[in-house]
Amino acid sequence: MLTNADLQALEGNAGDFTAKIRQRPRYIDADACTACGLCTQYCPRHHVDPYNEGLSVTRPIHIDYAQAVPATYYIDPSSCLHLQHDTCQICVPVCQSHAIDFSQKPKEIELNVGAVILAPGFGRIDQSTLAKFGYGSHPDVVTSFEFERMTTASGPFMGEVKCFSDGRHPKRIAFIQCVGSRDLGCDNGYCSSVCCMYAIKEAMVAKEHDPEVDITIYYMDIRTQGKEFDKAQQRAEAMGIKFVRAKVGDITPWQNRLQLTYSTLEGGHEFEPFDLVVLSVGFESPRDARGIADITGIELNHYNFAKSETFQPLATNRDGVIVAGAFQGPKDIPESVTQASAAAGIAAGLLEKQRGQGIIHKDYPEEKTDTDEPRIGVFVCHCGINISSVVDVHQVEDSVADMEGVVYHTDSLYSCSQDAVETLKKTIIAHNLNRVVIAACSPRTHEPLFQETLKDAGLNPCLVEMVNIRDQCSWVHAGEPDAATDKSQDLVRMAVAKARKLKPLPAQTVPVTSRALIVGGGIAGMVVALTMAEQGFESVLLEKEKTLGGNLGLLNHTLSSSETAGYLKKLVARVKKNRKIDVLTSAEIVQTSGFIGNFSSVVATTVGKKQEEHTIDHGVVILATGGHEHRPDGYLLGKNSRVLTQQELEKRLAGRAKNRAPDSVVMIQCAGSRGDDLNYCSKVCCNHAVKNALKIKEINPDSQVIVLYRDMRTYGYAEDAYREARLKGVVFIPYELENKPEVYEKGRRLHVKFFDSLLQEEVDLTPDLLALSVGIVPDGTEELSKLLKAPLTDDKFFLEAHVKLRPVELPVDGVYVCGLAHGPKPVDETIAQAQAAAAKAAIPLVKGSVSVDPIVSSVDEKTCIGCGLCVSLCPFSAIEMIKVEKKRKARTIAASCKACGICASHCPTFAISMGGFTNEQINAQIEAFGRATKKETAEV
Amino acid sequence: MSDEFNPRILGFLCNWCCYAAADAAGVSRFQYPPNLRTIRVMCTGRVDPSFILRGFIEGADGIFTGG
Repeated sequence: MLTNADLQALEGNAGDFTAKIRQRPRYIDADACTACGLCTQYCPRHHVDPYNEGLSVTRPIHIDYAQAVPATYYIDPSSCLHLQHDTCQICVPVCQSHAIDFSQKPKEIELNVGAVILAPGFGRIDQSTLAKFGYGSHPDVVTSFEFERMTTASGPFMGEVKCFSDGRHPKRIAFIQCVGSRDLGCDNGYCSSVCCMYAIKEAMVAKEHDPEVDITIYYMDIRTQGKEFDKAQQRAEAMGIKFVRAKVGDITPWQNRLQLTYSTLEGGHEFEPFDLVVLSVGFESPRDARGIADITGIELNHYNFAKSETFQPLATNRDGVIVAGAFQGPKDIPESVTQASAAAGIAAGLLEKQRGQGIIHKDYPEEKTDTDEPRIGVFVCHCGINISSVVDVHQVEDSVADMEGVVYHTDSLYSCSQDAVETLKKTIIAHNLNRVVIAACSPRTHEPLFQETLKDAGLNPCLVEMVNIRDQCSWVHAGEPDAATDKSQDLVRMAVAKARKLKPLPAQTVPVTSRALIVGGGIAGMVVALTMAEQGFESVLLEKEKTLGGNLGLLNHTLSSSETAGYLKKLVARVKKNRKIDVLTSAEIVQTSGFIGNFSSVVATTVGKKQEEHTIDHGVVILATGGHEHRPDGYLLGKNSRVLTQQELEKRLAGRAKNRAPDSVVMIQCAGSRGDDLNYCSKVCCNHAVKNALKIKEINPDSQVIVLYRDMRTYGYAEDAYREARLKGVVFIPYELENKPEVYEKGRRLHVKFFDSLLQEEVDLTPDLLALSVGIVPDGTEELSKLLKAPLTDDKFFLEAHVKLRPVELPVDGVYVCGLAHGPKPVDETIAQAQAAAAKAAIPLVKGSVSVDPIVSSVDEKTCIGCGLCVSLCPFSAIEMIKVEKKRKARTIAASCKACGICASHCPTFAISMGGFTNEQINAQIEAFGRATKKETAEV
Repeated sequence: MSDEFNPRILGFLCNWCCYAAADAAGVSRFQYPPNLRTIRVMCTGRVDPSFILRGFIEGADGIFTGG
């Protein structure tokens, strides 16, 4: 990882690039820095904290935030007294691990790489745009970024929302949407895609802090098109957050408040006073986009983001240079994470031949056999002064002296420093220790390091127990040294009690069948198969229909006017030709068993009247089962020949019929969606409507096209097409769910009656055609959900393992999802998601085995009565029932187990134990906790 | 010793959320009373009701589970 680094030049071609990199000095030796933070406390100079949007000050020597990677401090040369004025250097002697190094110079680095991924993120909207809304001239106009830091519990105000002008708590807050987005005034014609959702989130957080606060969001269209996003808006409305469709014209000071002037659809001008105004600022292209483009030779689009096209959403014009994240186009976290995985997968394909090279395997000494007699060593860490300035480390250390089993104890300045770790290893060997207790910081960050040390010393890694006397003691009880020392002693005693009961646990690995099963042969499934094949992996591609292609075959072109048929034809040909892909059409999955790395599925195929069953062994399964258009009631769809869906309209427009684009067309958005029949937004319909409207205008410029909509959700660059449609005379009229358009027949005419919010009156039209934007429903997810025990959302789409951070994985290990089965989405997003699913699914196949943390559950067959309670409770399908000598017994599937212990806590016969968290160990800790209590009571 | 009630609380903390949050509280230097003694578990699903009863038997004034 090279941080503080800039790409200077990129030469060569895909597979063989030379990247010239310049790494700026950090002035801190990253290997020596323990991130204790002492330097920041001593540094005398203030430095405006950019991480907190300038709302607080830090010091030139600092770390951006607690979770920053690497967890190493750095010196900002722009304000450091030594680097600016050659004075100070107070930090140098303060740092007890001698990590500060002012002699560091910029480093020129040359790297030979096969692929380059560009992920520079997004830039900020220019101040001049914000100034139009009073930002900079009135302190109580803040950006959403500032508001986010303000509402964050760990932020500069500890979550307290206040007005900058006088520090009062605001009673009324306004959010203004589309600041710097959808605004040709600042050359940002695109929609930033994320601001509606984050404004809703920030508003809800503010409301949680202060339920009395009155919040209004002023918007043009609420664009919560993402999966489950509409539900967030519904929750916000239920909390009392108001949404007003209006354009804010002016913000002026009024007494000690701010007055908003806005105009509504009906044409009225309204005034409203607020205490705090939050500008929902959009995404700008990265500030150095032009420079990146010049260095890497990639093209930018007309908004200075990386240029890409629908069918290769992450490819740039330079082979081997891949783009991901907001630089590819404004997007939210799940989309960015998806693209990141996809980019990694594409790069892995390019590097396939080099895979595994350059890996150095570490050798460990043979593990000593465990003896029952515990020989415990206790190591108490000072962590510089982080612990020892509060906790009396020596007293804690002395307290263990006469504890049963403790044969060695010592203290250490920094237990995690390289020399201390080496000393630890030598001590373990010299004193023949077989259990180690380390009282220092959090096992969440440092346990792996000490486990590694134990392995180096020939001990099983599970024989170490950590006590957190820093993060959860000295840092949080800074003013109570005696109580903190007491607490530390108790915690150490509890850990020693547990350590006596620690057992060596064998590392478990499970071999993986190197084959993927892909369910669904639409564009998502095909892209998965090809991406896996590029990485060298076989797959079986199942398609329930007779031919591959899925929904893409029903489209004619995409919004960015990429023609679909040619692409689809090529894609199908590539899939069929690829020797690593085995295609089964008219095929359906009947049965699946097994777990990650070792699935076995039965697939039924039909050829003519002949039915066949195939058993397929596979290591992973990717669900790309797709979806289809919803057919809503109440709009005469299928009853009147003038009513058709957008998909049907697209087909008609692509045909040759003379009257295919008649003079009068009405479109109804959200027909059957967003609280109508379906309670979600299908994301693609607004784009689809705009696309068809433009096509109609292209064929018949005189045609009157009226689009009735709830919110036009032409997010991202699709906003361009929406604007073009309006310029070409397509009329867009909003309607409310409570007052939706009425469709009826009278004589031979088709009528659409609706309330025109612009004219403020009822309008009745008799269009030649009525196109319905009907939304998308998933195909066959319920059956698969049962087969794979993979959960669904309320709307019957597969529920991902983590909505933001693991968007293509399901909670069941080894099962991945992409395309419409995950949620409605357009072609480019489907492709990126399929590439991401392939990249994720390839990970266990590349490794060749699944390694299992030894903390998983295990069932004692003798005690197990075979009741099956654990099987029904396990959220990960990680316990199965087996027959042992004709008796039912539970057995853990180690590869699927997540070590939650629900099974163990519910087992009526205590037959289930958790590695590293056994009943015996936890009970020993509780008893050790009790000893202090009793001692205290005795004293009283 | 002061007469003030100084409860001894035993906590069971989920490794993934509450234990992580307790770490984060430390990183942010939030201050809270030092009455809690914690046991880390991989999930509060691990907490057997018997642990809670045993905690009380051992003299805990309160049991905290965070998950």
